Amino acid sequence: MKFRDEYRDPKAARGYADAIARITTRPWTLMEICGGQTHAIVRYGIDELLPDQVTLVHGPGCPVCVTPAEYIDKAIEIAGRPEAILCSFGDMLRVAGTGGDLLGAKSRGGDIRVVYSPLDALKIARENPEREVVFFAVGFETTAPANAMAAYQAKREGLANFSMLVSHVLVPPAMSTILDGPTSRIQAFLAAGHVCTVMGFEEYYPIAARYRVPIVVTGFEPLDILEGVYMTVRQLEEGRAEVENQYSRSVKRDGNRPAQEIMAQVFKVTPRRWRGIGDIAASGLGLSDAYADYDAEHRFGPVSAEPETETECIAGLVLRGEKKPPECPAFGTRCTPDRPLGVTMVSSEGACAAYYRYRGRHAAALKAAS
Amino acid sequence: MSDKDFVLACPAPAGDGDTVQLAHGGGGRAMERLLDTIIRPAFDNPHLARRHDGAVLDLAGPVAFATDSYVVKPLFFPGGDIGTLAVNGTVNDLAMCGARAAHLSVGLILEEGLPLDTLRRVVGSMRSAADAAGVQLVTGDTKVVDHGKADGLFVNTAGLGPVVATTPVGPGEVRAGDAVILSGDIGRHGIAVMAAREGFGFETVIESDCAPVGEPVLALIAAGIAIHCLRDLTRGGLASGVVEIAETAGVSIALDEAAIPVRDDVGSACEVLGLDPLHVANEGRFVAFVPDSEAERALAVLRRSEVSAGAVRIGTVGAGPAGDVTCRGPLGIDRIIDMLSGEQLPRIC
Repeated sequence: MKFRDEYRDPKAARGYADAIARITTRPWTLMEICGGQTHAIVRYGIDELLPDQVTLVHGPGCPVCVTPAEYIDKAIEIAGRPEAILCSFGDMLRVAGTGGDLLGAKSRGGDIRVVYSPLDALKIARENPEREVVFFAVGFETTAPANAMAAYQAKREGLANFSMLVSHVLVPPAMSTILDGPTSRIQAFLAAGHVCTVMGFEEYYPIAARYRVPIVVTGFEPLDILEGVYMTVRQLEEGRAEVENQYSRSVKRDGNRPAQEIMAQVFKVTPRRWRGIGDIAASGLGLSDAYADYDAEHRFGPVSAEPETETECIAGLVLRGEKKPPECPAFGTRCTPDRPLGVTMVSSEGACAAYYRYRGRHAAALKAAS
Repeated sequence: MSDKDFVLACPAPAGDGDTVQLAHGGGGRAMERLLDTIIRPAFDNPHLARRHDGAVLDLAGPVAFATDSYVVKPLFFPGGDIGTLAVNGTVNDLAMCGARAAHLSVGLILEEGLPLDTLRRVVGSMRSAADAAGVQLVTGDTKVVDHGKADGLFVNTAGLGPVVATTPVGPGEVRAGDAVILSGDIGRHGIAVMAAREGFGFETVIESDCAPVGEPVLALIAAGIAIHCLRDLTRGGLASGVVEIAETAGVSIALDEAAIPVRDDVGSACEVLGLDPLHVANEGRFVAFVPDSEAERALAVLRRSEVSAGAVRIGTVGAGPAGDVTCRGPLGIDRIIDMLSGEQLPRIC
């Protein structure tokens, strides 16, 4: 706890906030990539400590939010097969596809198990040789190595009843897509510390150079985020657009090499549709040809992409940082965690859920009043 | 069907063996043997000894009455089991009514195939918990369901006890200005059960806080503290308990996060799993709403009982808006506290 408390020290936080205010001369808009950072910002009220000129907008880094509806539909379809056991991270269960969610499929008798690690799914496969065990592999670069390890182990053991439904996504292509958007207002990024723990931060240099945006690899504790904001604003004020590392206690420039190697062995880079954002070239991971036998889409048929239906939900704009959750007319009224219109209100890493959870249904009014 | 499956011989009557059989719930000899060898010896008391259909109790004055059903997986976890939970849970519900728990009923729903040793252990724990809480298990029922229809064993308990509080205790009595007192650290039960169920290899074993809280509540009453409301913090954690009271009482409540005790190991487990300790279950914790002027005295009384030795003041009741619960974080900024929406599910990364 002591270690955590050091990064939540109110005096140090105030010190950073004052320093940010001292160096800020113009309005700046920063995007934090990761949903974990968004939650820390809203939970601790970090945005309220910042000068009015510094605006934090929230990024696409919520793995559940960007997983396409058709993959959830496929998972539900698989879970409906009597021979199948579908294993998933818990957070995925309450997100709806085009019709219903996995919790509903579970209540209809689907054998759906919440696992905390893909290796738990392997264990279930070993213990149930007569069943088809499918692991729903979603997430960013953070979860990819462990998921790759599950496929690697399954192949090594010849575990024929194990497969993975893979919908992995990669951060850097999404950053480029957001910056390419005609209405993008992002001037700098706080990059996701845990993604960079795996991947390092070399892949951000071309983005910083091409778009002239500062990118600061940032951690998740309040002081991490405040320091990340300070480093970013300082770059903006000084007219620099560099890649810097605030989270050096966890992140090395070249990341975690063994993790990258197992990812490269098991996965290949693929095009990927992001829910609410659309198709992004080379932004996903799928199983490589050597692991095709472990691809649930090979066993149970391919996921069929269908056009997203228009709704009142503005999750796509929220995920691209073009709107903040309280700007949605449905926020807190027609859309709540109990009756969500979109994924960002459902997932525990979703931006709308963060605002609702920590600021309540009056978040818009509270913000206006402050 | 193969020849091997097709047998015309009459099956031998099921013996008791070492597992629960359907016959144990059939109302015949097997059930009597189960009751005589396991249940009655454990709960031995004059009410059960009468072997009547029910218990006849001599009650006078206002009586509190509570019931709860217990389904927990795994049945045994560090710091307790389904038996201790089933006794303490209902005992604590009675305590929250300002009552002294006196009599419990026990309904057992057993799954065919449950090891009798498991049943013995659970029943033994219930007896120990009942003794510790000063209650008698005066009547009961046992049923057996088919294999696969229950997670080993379900328990229902109901309890009665005379109300000893001399003033009304309940959400309707909560007033603006009241102090909110928490009886100790939070989140241990939920994390202990989750760790036992999922086999997390935490460095330290986190034990459930499962315990009866009647003693400190009775001590508050005996000390003449004007308790306005009590709430035990079970599923949904501190957040749900406090929000429910704020909504029912039509008040707001301001909490101070720094004052809410969470043990280091529990806090770390919550961080890893993406859970808010305020939403994690407890089984031996409660909040007390008392007038501000009596807060210090209430704390002193609570701290004399082992189960509430860590009692602290965590907040204050405000005049409204109704149902608004806020919590001041480490950076001095308030956040809203709400009940958990849906089931508590760990995040992805």
